[in-house]
Amino acid sequence: MKLFKIVKRDEASKLIFFLTPILAIILTLIFGALIFYFLGFKPLEALKFFFIVPINNVYGFSELLLKATPLCLIAIGLSFCFKSNNWNIGAEGQLTFGGIVSGGVALLFYGQEGFYILPIVVLAGAVGGMLYALIPAVLKTYFNTNEILVSLMLVYVSKLLLDYLVVGPWSNPEGFNFPETRQFSESARMPILFEGLRIHAGIFIALAAVIISWVVFYKTYLGFQMKVSGFSLKTAKYAGYKGKTMILLVFMISGACAGLAGVGEITGPIGQLHRMISPDYGFTAIIVAFLGRLNPIGIIFASLVVALTYLGAETAQIFLQIPKYTGQVFQGMILFFLLASDYLLFFKIKFLGMKKNELRH
Amino acid sequence: MLKNFFRYFISSLFFLVAYSFSANAELKVGFVYVGPTGDHGWTYQHHLGRNAVEAAGIKTTYVESVPEGADAERVIRQLAQSGHGLIFTTSFGYMDPTNKVAKDFPNVKFEHATGYKREHSNVSTYGARFYQGRTLLGHIAGNMTKTNTIGYIASFPIPEVIRGINSMTLAAQKVNPNIKTKIVWVFTWYDPGKEAEAAQALIDQGADIIMQHTDSTAAVQVAEKAGVWSFGQASDMQKFAPKSVLTSIIDDWAPYYVERSKAVQNGTWKQQDTWHGLKEGMVAMGDYNPAMGADLVKEVEQLQKDLASGKVHSFTGPIYDQKDNVLVTVGNVADDGMLLGMGVYVKGVEGDIPQ
Repeated sequence: MKLFKIVKRDEASKLIFFLTPILAIILTLIFGALIFYFLGFKPLEALKFFFIVPINNVYGFSELLLKATPLCLIAIGLSFCFKSNNWNIGAEGQLTFGGIVSGGVALLFYGQEGFYILPIVVLAGAVGGMLYALIPAVLKTYFNTNEILVSLMLVYVSKLLLDYLVVGPWSNPEGFNFPETRQFSESARMPILFEGLRIHAGIFIALAAVIISWVVFYKTYLGFQMKVSGFSLKTAKYAGYKGKTMILLVFMISGACAGLAGVGEITGPIGQLHRMISPDYGFTAIIVAFLGRLNPIGIIFASLVVALTYLGAETAQIFLQIPKYTGQVFQGMILFFLLASDYLLFFKIKFLGMKKNELRH
Repeated sequence: MLKNFFRYFISSLFFLVAYSFSANAELKVGFVYVGPTGDHGWTYQHHLGRNAVEAAGIKTTYVESVPEGADAERVIRQLAQSGHGLIFTTSFGYMDPTNKVAKDFPNVKFEHATGYKREHSNVSTYGARFYQGRTLLGHIAGNMTKTNTIGYIASFPIPEVIRGINSMTLAAQKVNPNIKTKIVWVFTWYDPGKEAEAAQALIDQGADIIMQHTDSTAAVQVAEKAGVWSFGQASDMQKFAPKSVLTSIIDDWAPYYVERSKAVQNGTWKQQDTWHGLKEGMVAMGDYNPAMGADLVKEVEQLQKDLASGKVHSFTGPIYDQKDNVLVTVGNVADDGMLLGMGVYVKGVEGDIPQ
């Protein structure tokens, strides 16, 4: 006896498209509670320390925004690539290289003050990330390489370059050879928005990126081209779009955003270059981009949710001694449930009434 | 106006929290770890120290795998805010965040491992004289090597690591003047893949003794397979390579952590810069492998006692650098200042320090 049947939808459902991320989060919470239960914690208490306690004060909330800023910025950049069928996996490398370039410029201005320093440092980071993203883009368009592999491998190149610089030529002369540079001068630091908190002007860059991307996606020819290329590269070709220019452009935008995220980290909370300028924001932002449905507004919410999993993992370990890796489990579950529930986009469940003759079985 | 409001609002919040728990008598001690607690290595040893504090009846909290970037400050601040009276930050990269948070919480005591900044009166630093353990390894290595080549996997060219290389080389040369030390820099504290490759490369270059200033068990396992000698680092690594490991340098933070926690409880905690060694037990040695022979074991045990009592110093002159310049003259010993800033190899070490 069959109670329901799975039917293919004629058309992907728009409502489901935006509901599935919420469904994914709800499922994550339910399964998270189950995991907590089996680990021997009170599920509701654990969830409270995971998702509410970290942000129930001004400081906590500001830290959430601080953590979400780079994720949001990178994810916005990535959505340019992903929308148009370009699989840039190397945002972490573009972030690192942007950080290297802007950090180098900031060090050039070591000991100097002036209003012009920060804009130059920020610009340098954007250009650095942009140029670094151009490598996989150019190799893809002119040499037909796979951008997933190239962009991913360049992550390790950039990290090794950063290692080399902070250990060697750029290391702090007074720092006993520890792998870090000098502290940047005050003029090379992002202005702090509120005294005593760490949230800095970088958040405005992220918000600007959200607005610009929204305009580009929905109001410009480029956005339309990206959309068409995303659906079908053949159609795009048939329509006569110059695919190469678009590929270069989306990679450059994506790289610039990642580079700016790097700038925000090193000129914001960190204040110098060292080996750990990013706890893999570039990779986590891929989850954020998809959780946000490649939609600028969606990405804002997604970056906040994912940022909260980091903060929550810390709080849960401090107060309840829950292993910190549950944060990563939560991130994994959100993505898993999102991809799984995407099934509902194209298929629907049709409940069948029980027919009399079936009851006899 | 708004800015001022926030300034006072935030600082009053800090003080409110700071005072509300300073009145509370029960001490809680917080630990910030750079890695997972695991079953060997740097963080594991700090975790054992924490267990000892807990066993002494003092409540503790830890946060593991805290990246040394922007996140460290938030974790340290949260520990300070949530009523911890003493916080151990157990990696070099927490130096600036520790000092920054210490400024906002004058009633909380902070202890930073391996750093040199004590910007506020509530920040202490502590480290261990691991170089004394390296002297013992050097003595053993000088006796055990057949190829006169010692392979050394080094992490970062900081004084701590260079001091270990030099200390080991000097001790090995004392028993065997033809000793050469070959170094591979891996620029990581923990990367089993890289460490294994480095160990193999050193063995291929003729090293029949492998030691490492990195955290994983990869090197001793490669040595076990290749049939050469090795030494454990941070934890006793005998069980990972029972034939190959001759002994291990073991970090034992437990006595220090218990002592400092009790000092906070009794109100006797004072800022200090601690550098303990074999004498105090912060550096301990694993069991000596019987393959060394009873005579050598006896010799090493005596040397261990003499290093602890101060009768023997790891850096006793004459000591020369690679270009034959005198670093320490005959009959003198290197002072702590020189040891802490050590930036050149002694004679007998091959290659250059990466700059």
